[in-house]
Amino acid sequence: MNVTIVDYKSGNISSVINSFKEVAENKVKIEVTSDVSKIKSTDKVVLPGQGSFKSCVDALQSIKGLVDCLNEFVMNKKKPLLGICVGLQMFADVGYEESETKGLGWISGKVTKIDNQNGKYKLPHIGWNQINIVKGSKIFKDIKDKSHMYFVHSYEFVPTDKNSISATTDYSSKHVCAVEKENIFGTQFHPEKSDKTGLKIINNFINL
Amino acid sequence: MLKNRIIPCLDVKNGRVVKGINFVDLKDAGDPVEQAKIYSDGGADEICFLDITASNENRDTIYEVVEKTSKKCFVPLTVGGGVRSVDDINKLLNCGADKVSINTAAVENSKVVVDSSKKFGSQCVVVAIDAKKNGDKWEVFTHGGRNNSGIDALEYAKKMEDSGAGELLVTSMDRDGTQVGYDIELMSKISSKVNIPLIASGGVGNLDHLVEGIKSGKASAVLAASIFHYGKYSVKEAKQYLESKGIPVRT
Repeated sequence: MNVTIVDYKSGNISSVINSFKEVAENKVKIEVTSDVSKIKSTDKVVLPGQGSFKSCVDALQSIKGLVDCLNEFVMNKKKPLLGICVGLQMFADVGYEESETKGLGWISGKVTKIDNQNGKYKLPHIGWNQINIVKGSKIFKDIKDKSHMYFVHSYEFVPTDKNSISATTDYSSKHVCAVEKENIFGTQFHPEKSDKTGLKIINNFINL
Repeated sequence: MLKNRIIPCLDVKNGRVVKGINFVDLKDAGDPVEQAKIYSDGGADEICFLDITASNENRDTIYEVVEKTSKKCFVPLTVGGGVRSVDDINKLLNCGADKVSINTAAVENSKVVVDSSKKFGSQCVVVAIDAKKNGDKWEVFTHGGRNNSGIDALEYAKKMEDSGAGELLVTSMDRDGTQVGYDIELMSKISSKVNIPLIASGGVGNLDHLVEGIKSGKASAVLAASIFHYGKYSVKEAKQYLESKGIPVRT
């Protein structure tokens, strides 16, 4: 089996690569590429994302055929994809970081700035927070409710369809921190930086 | 609920830990990778490397250290010391650092902070502020505490937030190495001035100091070196103590 991490030159993906390689050992091939033909034929895709919503969408679009290829992979072939951080946020129809930017539209909703209640809460939301698992997502197999995950973000995904939410976290209010819709998985937190529990989530995705 | 973080910091020189854990069963006390792994296995919420390599020809040693550590530790890794440019930041991130702390370069030219936060995102840009009290204000020092810039630390902290810093690592130079506790007044003043998280540093001698840093200093995270290195306390003990004082920690 091949798992492909999409390298679209946006932000730092070394930690994602390291964590997947650690979990995969030598049983699963981890490929890091932006080559559309390779992504087309892979079994699973990981879509990382750092920086702003706009910069990530722009970077995806700057690679010819990549967005079409991902659409085909996810919507028609229905193969598993995991979005991490801004990778998850891009599932939305629209994001409002920097300027209004169209997203991939896979899970209906929008990405807006976390309401910090007039400075009562610091932003970015950085550090370890507990997740409330609201539905038994496949990537949460053997993950305990209230597990700690590492977060770093100032924007949040607000999906229209609440059934897509698989976990939330409490900060200034309840924020969506994981989604699952059929073959589409996403985490706002960083499993690659969430110690053993995070690696278990990565392992669950690899073993889907 | 968001937890307060405990961050052990390791000083690295020419690729070797110079102030590190003094455990008898440690195979190689100077190996940063092994030390970082001990901390992350022990529950450290983040690991910080401070590169204090003086000579330029040995500067590249830190890249190898970061690369090896990031393959073994799956908690956030912050690297600072000698970071001069967007290119330096890029190299460290590519080696597997999750955040890079910028000190002197940010004082000399805040554009480094603006450009790097735009390019890589604020989440990986930490501005390190070395501050020393002078009368009723604090001044920012550069070059490892050797030069006084004369810049007011509170105003500078705000400027760095506006430039795109994701976090501030504030070290009191008056307290650093003294083990008498953080400069609580400095921490709380800066923390109240900005809306980004503050990591308190400099002066920790016991676990009550960590509690004070969070409760009175309003720090989101506490950084310490010697109390952990010399085996006085483990990260686990520190967390248990914080929890007993009503501070939320990851256990």
